[in-house]
Amino acid sequence: MHSHFSNKVRQDILPGLRRRLAPGRGAVSAIPLLWLGLFFGLPFLIILRISLSEAVIGLPPYTALLEWVEGDMPSIRLNLANFALLWQDSLYLDAFLNSVRIAAIATVLCLLLGYPMALGITRVRESLRTPLLLLVILPFWTSFLIRVYAWIGILKGNGLINNLLLWLGLIEEPLRLLHTDLAVYIGIVYAYLPFMVLPLYATLARMDSSLLEAAADLGCRPLCAFWRVTVPLSLPGIIAGSLLVFVPAVGEFVIPDLLGGPDSLMIGKVLWSEFFNNRDWPVAAAVAVALLALLVAPVLLFERFRAKGPAA
Amino acid sequence: MTGGRPTLVFSLLAFGYAFLYAPILSLIVYSFNESRLVTVWAGFSTKWYTSLLHNEQLLGAAWVSLRIAVMNATLAVILGTLAGTALVRLGRFRGRSALALMVGAPLVMPDVILGLASLLLFVAMEQLIGWPAGRGMTTITIAHVTFSLAYVAVIVQSRLVRLDPSLEEAAMDLGAYPWKVFFLITLPLIAPALAAGWLLAFTLSLDDLVIASFVSGPGASTLPMVVYSSVRLGVSPEINALATVVVVLVTVGILITGWLLHRRAARASSRA
Repeated sequence: MHSHFSNKVRQDILPGLRRRLAPGRGAVSAIPLLWLGLFFGLPFLIILRISLSEAVIGLPPYTALLEWVEGDMPSIRLNLANFALLWQDSLYLDAFLNSVRIAAIATVLCLLLGYPMALGITRVRESLRTPLLLLVILPFWTSFLIRVYAWIGILKGNGLINNLLLWLGLIEEPLRLLHTDLAVYIGIVYAYLPFMVLPLYATLARMDSSLLEAAADLGCRPLCAFWRVTVPLSLPGIIAGSLLVFVPAVGEFVIPDLLGGPDSLMIGKVLWSEFFNNRDWPVAAAVAVALLALLVAPVLLFERFRAKGPAA
Repeated sequence: MTGGRPTLVFSLLAFGYAFLYAPILSLIVYSFNESRLVTVWAGFSTKWYTSLLHNEQLLGAAWVSLRIAVMNATLAVILGTLAGTALVRLGRFRGRSALALMVGAPLVMPDVILGLASLLLFVAMEQLIGWPAGRGMTTITIAHVTFSLAYVAVIVQSRLVRLDPSLEEAAMDLGAYPWKVFFLITLPLIAPALAAGWLLAFTLSLDDLVIASFVSGPGASTLPMVVYSSVRLGVSPEINALATVVVVLVTVGILITGWLLHRRAARASSRA
């Protein structure tokens, strides 16, 4: 009886106690929580606060902040003028709508190219799949900036495409390709294609191929089987991939800056120039808050899918 | 295969790869072009590589970027491993949902927001507690760690979820303390994930233009910042040469990693 009890203590209770009372246990969650809380959570509160403060014209932005931090702390004065500006000045509203439109079109184009690629990779020999996937990821490991830059040489007035078309005699004069919306679509699809292909491949590779055989046995033609079996089953991959492209593309700065035209501003570029060129920190902060509000729903949706499925 | 008509799928697959690699190939080809006009071929030359080697500004920026990337990757692996372990192994704890949200959000958050948010924090902190004094490599590293630790955490999480818990439980039952189990059993088992996370964090940091531009200060220009200011002025053959060097380094790195993983897997299967 006694030895049974001490056995039980040794085998069941002690390891459990050790697990619970281990000195490092709290630190495992506390250290990353502290870091992220300080450097990721807190900045969003500061952005919100500064978006509600006034810019001091003629002074460097530092001074305006100093006054805010030391003078206004006890009596919080909220100034909604920055948000009113975003609403009234058509520049900002247009930039927001443009960003959503361009990101949405680019996401659809990315899906149209990424889906057949992911499907194609699941249909080749097993030994070829890993190399093909690696080839999709490899450009991602080279510089993003350089990959966007490559398109300048291809699309510009005397670039590769125009030279080729002129040489073939298909056009008389160079086409305007660079600094257009088309160039931005190409840039986004090019830069974000791996983020679309990988989650799609993950769901398509898990699919049970006997379902397609069953559909065929029941008289479903391949195209019908694709629409009624393959696409619905890969929906989680479609949603994850689309959000991974759409959300960062809405706030993209480099691609519209290098490839886009002056007539279709995107909001990431507006925020950048408010900050760096106009030095208006409160308006830049207000743009960031509005952009965040716009992206909260898709980000939360993405989080839910990520929590449910395996990490893409 | 019940694929039906696979020709369309395979031709789109081929088109996709052509689309991915044609721009990179064009960069490489024109980096050997004699002419400064990037798209007019004027004969083979390696002079842009020579001038790249003498570009003090680019080389200095590359050195700054490399140091930031190494520090960032190391810190991000430590913090990301802690975060991933906490999310998978600690069950319910206070702040779990906050941690999960803060690990997930940076994966899709636009760079401009992350950059502006970090900068406003650093400015406010400097005014309140005097640290960080000025902005430069330290602030860039902190901002980079904050978003790249999320990527490491995701990689570690997915590895830990697939890990067989019986090994750790056995060690625990034999009386090992949790920290000892972690260092002797868990860590070696997730080492490939840590290596992948380190490399990813390294690349993300080396690649970032937007966040670094916000939180950088005088005297701390990273490689993407210098490349960007030169690219804005138009196409330059020197940047093509730099791109070629980057592509070659990355390809060699990935081939070596792939070969090592292949050898490891082959040894593991021959032992079994």
